[in-house]
This record gives sequence, structure tokens and C-alpha cells, in this order.
Amino acid sequence: MTSLHADLTARRGEFALDVRFDVPAGSVLAVLGPNGSGKSTLLGCLAGLHLPDRGTITLRGRTLTSAPRVHVPPHARSVGLLAQDALLFPHLSVLDNVAFSPRARGASKAAAREVALRWLTEVDAVGLAGRRPGQLSGGQAQRVAVARALAGDPALLLLDEPLAALDVDAAPAVRGLLRRVLGAREPERATVLVTHDPLDALALADHVVVLARGRVVERGPTRQVLGAPRNPFTARIAGLNLVPGTATADGLRTRGGGHVSGLPAPDVVPGEPAVAVFAPGAVAVHPAGAPPKGSPRNTVGAVVGGLEPHGAVVRLRAVDGEDWAEGVTADLTPSAVAELGLEPGTPVRLAVKATAVAIHPAPSQ
Amino acid sequence: MRRPLAACLAAVLLTTACGGGGERTVTVFAASSLTGVFGALEQRFEADHPGVDVRLNLAGSTRLAQQIREGAPADVFASANAATMADVADAGLVDGEPATFATNELTIAVAPGNPRGISSFADLADRGLTLVTCAPQVPCGAATREVERATGVDLRPDSEEPNVRAVLTKVETGEADAGVVYVTDVRSAGQRVTGVPFAEAREAVNDYPIAVLRNAADTSLARRFRDLVLGAAGQRELAEAGFGAP
Amino acid sequence: MRPDRGVPRALWIPAGLALALVVLPVAGLLARADWARLPELLTSAAALNALRLSLVTAALSTVACVLLGTPLAVVLARSAGRGVRVLRAVVLLPLVLPPVVGGLALLFLLGRNGFLGYLLDVVAGVRVPFTTAAVVIAQTFVAMPFLVVSLEGALRGSGDRFERVAATLGARPWTVFRRVTVPLLLPALGSGAVLSFARALGEFGATITFAGSLQDVTRTLPLAVYNQAETDVDSAIALALLLVVVAVLVIVVARPRALEGIR
Repeated sequence: MTSLHADLTARRGEFALDVRFDVPAGSVLAVLGPNGSGKSTLLGCLAGLHLPDRGTITLRGRTLTSAPRVHVPPHARSVGLLAQDALLFPHLSVLDNVAFSPRARGASKAAAREVALRWLTEVDAVGLAGRRPGQLSGGQAQRVAVARALAGDPALLLLDEPLAALDVDAAPAVRGLLRRVLGAREPERATVLVTHDPLDALALADHVVVLARGRVVERGPTRQVLGAPRNPFTARIAGLNLVPGTATADGLRTRGGGHVSGLPAPDVVPGEPAVAVFAPGAVAVHPAGAPPKGSPRNTVGAVVGGLEPHGAVVRLRAVDGEDWAEGVTADLTPSAVAELGLEPGTPVRLAVKATAVAIHPAPSQ
Repeated sequence: MRRPLAACLAAVLLTTACGGGGERTVTVFAASSLTGVFGALEQRFEADHPGVDVRLNLAGSTRLAQQIREGAPADVFASANAATMADVADAGLVDGEPATFATNELTIAVAPGNPRGISSFADLADRGLTLVTCAPQVPCGAATREVERATGVDLRPDSEEPNVRAVLTKVETGEADAGVVYVTDVRSAGQRVTGVPFAEAREAVNDYPIAVLRNAADTSLARRFRDLVLGAAGQRELAEAGFGAP
Repeated sequence: MRPDRGVPRALWIPAGLALALVVLPVAGLLARADWARLPELLTSAAALNALRLSLVTAALSTVACVLLGTPLAVVLARSAGRGVRVLRAVVLLPLVLPPVVGGLALLFLLGRNGFLGYLLDVVAGVRVPFTTAAVVIAQTFVAMPFLVVSLEGALRGSGDRFERVAATLGARPWTVFRRVTVPLLLPALGSGAVLSFARALGEFGATITFAGSLQDVTRTLPLAVYNQAETDVDSAIALALLLVVVAVLVIVVARPRALEGIR
């Protein structure tokens, strides 16, 4: 059963957001997109903080927005919002922060605190009940914020980059917590998770829509979409390399006329549009000119465009170069970068084993 | 204090440069009630003495006396009451003897046409009347007290203003039904107020003394200004403004 | 001692001059005070009356500033549009207006011939000038901008993120104001109130013009100082010292607490 239905257009100057989607009761939809793709605007419209220019939003059959006539204010929407920053009220104790929503919705002080305690227990933060938000670490604060957002028993839970502001040590724990409380599958609740991190989507969401420049470019079950991106935006977000072209028996023919060998998925039809997908870790980097030895069957000349630390490795982004080299990313160890003397502008040769390349059918343009 | 006078005064404290170098100046500290008369006399004096600049510092007499005692560069002091002049004289700051050059009497200022029909000092004791007087600390207030004592009338003012000008303003704006001020103030206010004279005012006639100060920069010039005030021309101007003869 | 990291040496000279400009005149006041007569001067009926009246009226006008100025600051900070910009400028008027002019303006509004004053007089038989209420109104008039400016600054600085979260948690606008906006504003409200109180305490020009000067009714400490200066400078200095002491107490004791607030 559809719980949340949204179909809206919102303009902000030159930018226009134009999306349509449904979220079934009890499920989590991830909205993935780079910065500026319209994610925040979308969330604002759902929460009732922005008024879309056109469209409707319904939640459990109740119309929340029917622009421009109907606009239910945020406090009457039964939504819970968990933002990037915990934004706990600094003047209230942790317990009263969590009790805020039940209180605001009419519960007695005692009843609200009881609900708050239950949720604090749920997020393993009951020991923090008496503290002030200023005394919490980032991860603790976000835990409490999760409890606060859920304590009001919202029909729609909105998660706005909930892990983006946490350091690398705190994020996994809170991600696990969200997984647990969302996985508890409150059967009535719809959840929309806005993120730029495919890991969040994979961990938490059943379905994903990918936003680019205000439009949905791809949608479907999370694993399917992220595992086999059909669109460069999705691939970029998923952190995968994607080369579009036409399917062949053992790979695809690129638009530049070259050939990329790979393992075709079962539903690939030769001659039809397809994409070659491979992880940055599968790309080897060699000095320019030297033809690589051994099994790799896909090589291409390229120029180093940028080098950025990416966790423990350095991610190289190629510019220019032959054929499909443009935009391809490769992960190297810092010592390899030093050994090869890489810096922006250095010509290199990229190589990918055919076994590391997946060929997927692409939506026809 | 209008015009660039304030600026000049400020400058005087630092240097003596206002109105061009080489000019001789007479600095006259005069009670505010003398504003009109001394303004006219300043022009006359400057016309009679080319190259001389008269600077007027107009304020409440007490304030002027304080400034003089604190060492303000004044050549002539014209006070609105004898006691204030006595303070300055007692401090040994006066050159020679102060001379009385005018008198002033209290009168009642009311709205034009006297709508409340006030005709005597005793009428001011009416509690339904909004009355303002000067505070007893300033000369016009002290004089008002004196009249009260002499007449046995007990005034209950709604406000005791810090100077006579403020009393007049309260009457002019209609906030007060009546105010006790000087004859000269009513004269200067023209059509905006009506004066109701009362006989008991004779009980508290205010003497205006003038003196050249010991530390005058140019004693002879200062004396000449004093003489102008005491002479026929000065007396004519004073009489025109409503002041009584000494 | 902790080194003053990050403060350029060059700042010390103007900073010292600024401090001297504030401190030295007060030191002059202390030097001129007649300490032997001080107890007698300060315990005179006139001094005590003026002190009591000053404290009461300044406290009342601070309350008025808080009750009226807080909503005004919220409206100014949270509304958009050209009209609001004009309003903000208007609110600041009492800061630049000479207080005497402010007093005259109040007279033209609430005086016997002022359009509101006339109405009050005719309809309710109420006359505002020359009453203690007039003192409070004059003080509120001059002190209000201090409260509004400090609150509006705080509101703009903190943004409305907490208010938005509170709204999504189901709080109605009034609940948000009461339970989130106001508590978060308390530190700024505290320092704004202290500034307003201090300004009200020192208010002279608007009071004398609008309310007059009468012991027990409208003669606050600054008016008493001015009055005393006519005859008895020692007494005026004593009263001025009293004013300085009260102001210092308010600013030194209350302000840091208000600034630290509830954090």
C-alpha cells in the first residue's frame, strides 16, 4: 500500500526540481544525488518547510500539499526530520529533547517522558538522559536525535544526510542503529532518506531514486540500481566507472569506436545500448607507452586530471586521453603514486581486466 | 547656544583661533535670559570696534559661574542673580565691583488669551491647574519660593524645571496651564503665551549684575563692553526686552 | 599568566586610549568627590528618593522593553521584505534622535494637545505628562532599540534551524516560540535587558522634556544630579557617584551572567 505519494515541481531561480515517486508503508526510499541535485528542496517540500510551485503530496491518503491551494503546516504533518546536525535543543536535557515531540503533540509531561525513555533505550542512550546536549559527542547526539525524531511516532520519517557530519568512527555505529530502528519495520511508517553516500542507501533503503539536476535519472531496488548503474550520474555516485556504448558478444563497442571486453549480464542483447561498469580498484595505472603484460585486455592512454585522498587510497581521475579514458577513476596506493611520479598532467596508460568489467543493458536514450 | 558658537567654545579651550588670527576678542558669559539683548549688543559693539570679535557663551547663571570657577576663559560675566555673582566674586575672580545693570520680575505665563482666567499669584494654588515652576536651585525658582513665603501661598507645581526656558516650553506646548517665569521671557515668547503680572512680584526682584573678570585677556576691551551694557544704548535694549532699570 | 595570543601589539595603544577615555572622567569624578560629606549627601531624602525612583522606573521600562521588544525583534528577524527593512531603521530612531527631541515627540503624541494624549484626556481623563508613567514611557522609548538590536542580532545569528526542527516535531508556532525561541534567546535577552536598564537608568533629556522634574514623582537620579549641580556641586557629584555605582553593579554583575546565560 502506498503511504507517501509525491509529485511536484519546485523552482528556485534557474533551478527546477521535478520529481514523482511513491513510498509504500513500512519501506525506506533513498534519494541519491550529488550536491545541488535538489535533494534538500525535495525534503523541504515533504516536511512542509518549502511550498512547491506545482504538485501534490499525500501521506496515508491525506493531502499535505496541493500547490498552491493546500499547504498543511509542518507541525500538523506527522513528519519526523533527522538532519545532518543533530540540532538537539541546547536548553533541554536529553530526556526532554526526546520528550519534546510527544509533549508538543499533547501528551502529559509524565507520559511524554515515558515515551522518551523507551526510545532512548531503543537507541542505547538511556544513560545519557540527564545530560545536556553540549556534553554529548557527535555520535551520541545523533543517536538522541534519532530517538527524538521517532518519539513523535511520525507517519513519515525524513532523514537528511544523517551520517554526513559524523566522523568515521561514529558513523558506522549510527548507521547500524538506523538500520535496526528502520529495520524494525514499523509497518505504517514511510521513510525517505536523502544522501550522497551509496553506502547509506545500500544499508538502509529498499528502493532508490537518483536525482541529477532536479530530475530523477534512475530508480529501482537499491542493490539493483547501485550494483548495475545505467546512468553516469548513478555510477559517479556509486563510485563506479561507467562507459556507455553498444553491446557486443563479449563486451561493448564504445562511441569512440573502441572495444571494452567484459562479462555481459544475462539480459544483455548484442547491438542494443549497454554500459560497461567497473570499480576504480580494478583499474591499474602504468607509465605511458609501456604496453602492459599479462591478461588485461582493456587498455587506454590517459592524462592524470586530479589526485585525491580517498580513505586509505588515492583516487586518480583521468582527463583527455583516448576513447573511453575521460572521467575514469582509479584507486592507487600512495606509494604507487610516488613510484610512478604522478601529478596532474602526467600521461599514463590505464588497464582493466575483462573479468572486472560488468556489461549491463542501458535504457535506450 | 546657537550657530557655530559651541564649536568656537570648544576650539577656545584648545587654542584661541576662531574667526581668524590677529583679531581681538571679548568673551562674554551671560545668563540665557540675556540672549536677545546681548546678541544685539554684540553686533553694536563689533560695529563700533572694528577687528573685535565678541563671543557670547549663554547658559544658566549657575552653570556659567561654575565654568568660570573651573577656569573657563571668560572676560565678562553677566549673571541673572546677585548670589551667583557673589560666588564668583568670593572666589576672587572679579575685577573691581560688580554693577547691577538690570532687574527682572516674575510673571505668570499662561496660554494665549488666558483661557483659565488666572488673575493672581494665589490662583496658582488651584489644584486643578497644571503648574510648572523653576526648581528652587535655580534663580527663578528661588524667586518663586520667595514670593510664596511673602504671600503665604503654597504652590504645588507638577514639575520643577531646571531652567526658565523649560518652564516656558511647557506652557507654550500647552502641557502646563501656567508657569512662573520672568517678564522678559513672556516678552520674548511673543504671541505664544500671555503674561499675567502680579503685584507680589515686587517681593522678589532679581538683580542682574555684570562684572569684568580678573583673568580677562584684554581688560580695557572687557570694560568697554561692560560700559556699553550699563550705558544708554544697553539700557535701551534692555528696557525694550522688558527688563527693569537697576 | 597566559600569553595573549593573536592580539596584535598595535591594538594596545588605541585600546588603551579607549579605556582611558572611559575610565579617566570617572576617576576625575572620584577625585572631586567630597568623601567626608558623602554619607550625609547620599542618605538625604532627595538622594534616596531619586535612587528609588530611578531603580523602579528603570526596572519597569526594562520589563516593558522585554515584553514589547522581544516580539518586535522576532518579527523583524523572521520576516522578509522591503517594509521590514524600513521598520528596522525606524526602530533605531531613538538611538540617533537627541533625547530632548524624543521627549518633544512624546509630548506631541501623548501630551495634552497630542493626538493620543487629547483622546486619553477626553475619553478616560488620563493625563500622561508629569507622571511617573511618563518617566517609564520616556525611558522605554530610548532604551527599546538596545533590546531589539541585541535580540535581532542573536536571532539572525542563530538562524531558524531549531525552530524548523521543532515544527517538524509537531510543535505549533506558539509552542515553538515559547519552548524553543525564547529559551534560546535568553542569553541575548539578558544582555539586551541589562543594556536597556543601563540606558533607562541614565536617561535625562526625554524625561525632563516629557515628564518634567518633581521629587518623588519624576525626578530620577540624572535629573536630581542636574538640579543639584545648580547649587551644590558636591551633592551633584555624590549623586553622580551613586549613579555610577548602580550602573557598574548592573553591568559588572548582571551582564557576564546574562551573556553566559544558561549554557
